Amino acid sequence: MSYMTKSPWVIHYDASSCNGCDIEVLAALTPVYDLERFGIINTGNPKHADVFLVTGSVNEQNRAVVKNIYDQIPNPKVVVAVGICATSGGVFRECYNVAGGIDKIIPVDVYVPGCAARPESIIDGVVTALGILDAKRQAMKEKKSENAGNRGDVV
Amino acid sequence: MISLPVPVIDPAISVVNAIIYLLLAPFVGGLIAGIDRRVTARMQGRVGPPILQPFYDVGKLFEKENIVVTTTQNFYVLSYLVFMGAAGMLFFAGGDMLLVIFAFTLSHIFLVLGAYASFSPYSHVGAERELIQIIAYEPMIILTAVGMYMVTQSFFVSAIANSGIPIILYLPGVFIGYLIVLTIKLRKSPFDLSTSHHAHQEIVKGVTTDFSGPNLAKIEIAHWYEYVFLLGVVYLFFGFNPLIALAAIVVAYFLEILIDNTISRVKWQLTLRSAWLVAGTLGIVNLGVLFYLKGVLAP
Repeated sequence: MSYMTKSPWVIHYDASSCNGCDIEVLAALTPVYDLERFGIINTGNPKHADVFLVTGSVNEQNRAVVKNIYDQIPNPKVVVAVGICATSGGVFRECYNVAGGIDKIIPVDVYVPGCAARPESIIDGVVTALGILDAKRQAMKEKKSENAGNRGDVV
Repeated sequence: MISLPVPVIDPAISVVNAIIYLLLAPFVGGLIAGIDRRVTARMQGRVGPPILQPFYDVGKLFEKENIVVTTTQNFYVLSYLVFMGAAGMLFFAGGDMLLVIFAFTLSHIFLVLGAYASFSPYSHVGAERELIQIIAYEPMIILTAVGMYMVTQSFFVSAIANSGIPIILYLPGVFIGYLIVLTIKLRKSPFDLSTSHHAHQEIVKGVTTDFSGPNLAKIEIAHWYEYVFLLGVVYLFFGFNPLIALAAIVVAYFLEILIDNTISRVKWQLTLRSAWLVAGTLGIVNLGVLFYLKGVLAP
């Protein structure tokens, strides 16, 4: 049995655009939806997070920020791209300063389209991500038992 | 020279008590944390997580990768856990209250050192705030021990617990002061400056900012040990009747949750000032009156 799926801690980041999806992420954390029922907590610290929710298309200003937050999250971790801008760049796709979807910068596990994505579909996306998170945990465990005694890769 | 009273407890019993604390305190502490989160959720009009959620959280943290900035962090976190456990063991073994307080403070110093060991400015601010909190609550905790000594003539927890004296009647001011300091110790609003519970954030995550995975889990377990020890001190005030003592613990903890959910966080200056003001007025005045009455009534 895994505890991973019972206590996913979430960090959200708005990589530019209209902020609508970010507000919807926060809406999912309000008492109306009460995600803490499932052990989901909104944390502001990447080092405590398991699920990375990114909204908006990445631009040249925050390309490094998205990468940095992703790198600081300890394994196993999953990335959920929330909203159409995060999945593909949306209407900003052709802008000179927009890199496109989040998957141009970091590997994305779940895409949640919508403009803005509804809280229900965000929750659905996170629940889908939990399955992937658990698969990653198992893969990590198997890899760890393979490399038993070799602690050099832990940092 | 006053002859010091010897502790009245059998060494075998005190060892057993200490071992029971070491084994059971994390479960009791985790359950208290779970109930805390549930009650908090209900106060906010939410359903809240399962009662066992804190155990799921810690279980998950042990499954995560341990990212450390400097390896000394591992040592400091382990020391925090070990000294917190040792302080509680000394307490439940009926040991010297002052020694318990010193071990308790030392464990927090290790947490501060662990936060200082990393290079994150958020971690450093958290560490500074944790130090300020230690400075804020320490006088009141020591006054609590001194007050209990004045009433029972002993610093030994076993002697205090078995004295049969209703300590709360002698030390009402000290008890209220202790409850206020308990708010700081339980990391409850308005005094959750250095780090906070639940989904609250403070300067990223204060002292725990740079701890992840298993290290964070150890901090959480140390905090569960702390819960049981701190509520054990509440028990001492009502040691003459265990039932009343348990009721007092429940009421005290419920009050802490209520305060947490109704009062917003204050600045560190006000934290320090209010904690010292309480220690200086309620604590010192209580002890002064006690000293005076002793001189007048039973010279």
